[in-house]
Amino acid sequence: MEREQLIGTMESILGTEGVVHEREQLRSYECDGLMNYRVIPDLVVLPETAEHVQQIVRTCYEAGIPFVARGSGTGLSGGALPVESGVLIVLSRMRKILEVDIPNQRIVVEPGVVNIWVSQEVADEGYYYAPDPASQVVSSIGGNLAENSGGVHCLKYGFTTNHVMGAEVVLADGSVVHIGGGKAPDAPGYELLGTFVGSEGTLGIATKITLRLLRTPEAVRTLLAAFKDTEEAGGAVSGIIGGGIVPAAIEMMDALCIEAVETAVHPGFPEAGAILIVELDGPEAEVANQFDEVIKVCEENNASEIKVAEDDAERALFWKGRKAAFAAMGRIANDYYVQDAVVPRTELGAVLKRISELGEEYGMRVANVFHAGDGNLHPLVLYNNDNPGEAEKAEELAADIVFACLDHGGSLTGEHGIGVDKKKFMPKMFTDEDMATMQLLRCAFDPHGLCNPGKIFPTPRLCGERPGPFHMHPIQRAGLAENF
Amino acid sequence: MDTSTKNVSLEDLQKIVGEEHAREAAEEDAVDGVAPSFVAEPGSTEEISELMKLAGEQGLTAAPRGSGTKTPLGNPPRELDLILSTTRMNEVIEHTPGDQVVRVQAGLKLEDLQEQLAGADQMLGIDPPEARAGATVGGIVAANSSGPRRYSYGTIRDLIIGITVVLPDGTVAKAGGKVVKNVAGYDLSKLFTGSLGTLGVIATCNFRLHPRPEAARTVAVELDSTLSAGQAAQAITGAQLVPSALELHWSEDQKLLTILIEGIPPGVEAQAETASYLLKGFGEVRTLSDEEAEHLGPLDPPGSGADGDDEEVAIKIAAPPAELTGVLDSTLGAAERRGVSPSITGHAGIGVTYAAFSGGDEEALVQVVEELREIWVRRGGSVVVRKAPLGVKQRLEAWGPAGDYLGLLRRVKDKFDPGGNLNPGRFVGGI
Repeated sequence: MEREQLIGTMESILGTEGVVHEREQLRSYECDGLMNYRVIPDLVVLPETAEHVQQIVRTCYEAGIPFVARGSGTGLSGGALPVESGVLIVLSRMRKILEVDIPNQRIVVEPGVVNIWVSQEVADEGYYYAPDPASQVVSSIGGNLAENSGGVHCLKYGFTTNHVMGAEVVLADGSVVHIGGGKAPDAPGYELLGTFVGSEGTLGIATKITLRLLRTPEAVRTLLAAFKDTEEAGGAVSGIIGGGIVPAAIEMMDALCIEAVETAVHPGFPEAGAILIVELDGPEAEVANQFDEVIKVCEENNASEIKVAEDDAERALFWKGRKAAFAAMGRIANDYYVQDAVVPRTELGAVLKRISELGEEYGMRVANVFHAGDGNLHPLVLYNNDNPGEAEKAEELAADIVFACLDHGGSLTGEHGIGVDKKKFMPKMFTDEDMATMQLLRCAFDPHGLCNPGKIFPTPRLCGERPGPFHMHPIQRAGLAENF
Repeated sequence: MDTSTKNVSLEDLQKIVGEEHAREAAEEDAVDGVAPSFVAEPGSTEEISELMKLAGEQGLTAAPRGSGTKTPLGNPPRELDLILSTTRMNEVIEHTPGDQVVRVQAGLKLEDLQEQLAGADQMLGIDPPEARAGATVGGIVAANSSGPRRYSYGTIRDLIIGITVVLPDGTVAKAGGKVVKNVAGYDLSKLFTGSLGTLGVIATCNFRLHPRPEAARTVAVELDSTLSAGQAAQAITGAQLVPSALELHWSEDQKLLTILIEGIPPGVEAQAETASYLLKGFGEVRTLSDEEAEHLGPLDPPGSGADGDDEEVAIKIAAPPAELTGVLDSTLGAAERRGVSPSITGHAGIGVTYAAFSGGDEEALVQVVEELREIWVRRGGSVVVRKAPLGVKQRLEAWGPAGDYLGLLRRVKDKFDPGGNLNPGRFVGGI
């Protein structure tokens, strides 16, 4: 299909205001939160309804045009990076909360709804939505679903996948399926929903999402503890978790990170080699008792200072400091590279040591902020883009950090996703057989590889033979895939 | 049946797994009346792979089996040549208590695993009643079995963090890993959860663990009506309590809602007090003794375990959790109209209700299930037959309608098992 014809078809579905095709305007969609990859899409469409999405996808399917779904564009692995000569489907106009069902503790939303709106919608009823990625004031539920977003509270409450109960999904051929029970549990069949969540937009586009709501906890208590170094802070983490306590959150920052955050948002963090933020929530009697236990463990691990949040405002300040960590790096460095990797909790100490060695070897500073409870590290490699070659060096160092995590039994990514950023590393974690098996799933959902091609897998494959004369697939032509 | 491609002898299997680990099938190896030829017990992932390769090449149909506690689940198989038993693969591969993660072979019995984990004051947060009959972790994953504590720990899909599977062509593939937080690659461990051995054989599983609670108490309220059952359950789910389980027990003699509270002693005490306060408007409230709680709350679903009645029909009704009263009314009404006697338990806060019916003729039993299915599928739920005499099974689809995603299920099956060799016919939509 010619571009002009495609624009015409899309405008007949969405009206002229729902189609972006001027090159200058298309430019604002050339990347998501990962800015070192940029591709200008052929066309951007802005559907307002599930039917729109279905018609757009069917049009693409019939013309063999690849498409990429995008929510708020905050992803950090390039999952919503457009495909050249493809259509970018931006879901940010689909932001209606469709149904609130308190007795069943469910809420039904459109994919463009922003994460924090969900909790705001039901706060008066005493409920909230648990997954809270740092991007939650901007990132969309649809994007959270695609990436299986985590957040600081997922140690106790799990990830997006544990809170999505059903989804209406437009598949790559434009057909619509309803997966997961929604309000009723245990829908018969394969666990398609759990497989779909976290598939980084490669299996279809969710147009309606049913989420589980949780009752707000009776009590929340938060403390901040300062330590000499990350090793002692790590000792406290082990002590807390080894004592059978499951904190709602347990976050660590190292000295460099504390310095940056203190300069940027002044949360009143003490000067220290490492700090921990520990939050407990639940029934009052349990929280009170375990909170004392946490304080005791911090003291036993030589905490130099322990600050207990006296009220919600102080708690908010602690979290403001934590959640600003990435952005605050701008105060102590021109540029920084965010890494996301995971190690088994007991390997944290060894890996942190290795990271500091790597920093010395490269002669670069690395700030560490991480979800200590689940071993999810976010090393921030600081550099100056004005110095030739430094950006590349930072990226190399960041890669070496991930490899160190893999050596210690960890994972390439805990919450940011593989996207385009890490697909080249997938063979370090998975064998060809592992990846070929994963791609069987892709072939069942999207046999022509039209839905967000070029993500996750280093060598995406097309599936099966197609009848009739041979036509090179547009994705093959673009060099994004080889025949299966 | 075309047997011309099936040139497999017992010796061929023994060559792979060793002489003492393959045998001719016996009568009790049959699945819903379909008798297999052989039973093989591989001792490693490699041996599973060799067996699958042989089966694939020779067109043998195969059914993976752990302890066989879920054999009654699903439709009767279209055919079955080989039972692939995982019972020899019963080792804990790795348990690092500080990571709260365990890697195990699929044939390990859940009870054995829990016993080992207890030494480190940890547990796998799943408690299906068939565990007492020896259910294996692989079987629990494959059948997506759950128990009362799913109210707080979720189901096995919420606890599994990695998997190794063997596909019908012998390919060994893994997904996930041994860290709880991990989004690298597709989450195949979820795809295999509940797949009932139709996509591949589960060889090893990795799970996240939880600390064992120090103390437990069960508070029970006597119910006088189906309405009060629904209301009492809502009073708990809507409160700021965090019980481990919320269970319904409903029979002629006893109508109870039980709340299991676990944690540290002061927390348990305070929550039990709150629960009692919230429930006293619905009936007499009491704290169960440990012994009574063991027998009553949380409760076994009817039709589970080894002592179940062979003649009864056991179903699982999944419905929106707030519709508990409706589920009870429809179940009791359907049973009464057909002259069969029901017994009911359920995970009240979750929307899962188990019912078993006995005493009527085949026609009556089929009609009860069909009536309930018609109601609860329309309301977004499902009615699955967990166990039934063969005569009833042949007249009732075990899973009910799969909805608009059936085509997708079939495409997934076709990609993973293009020859249709694994458990043919037993799954949803005849997959």
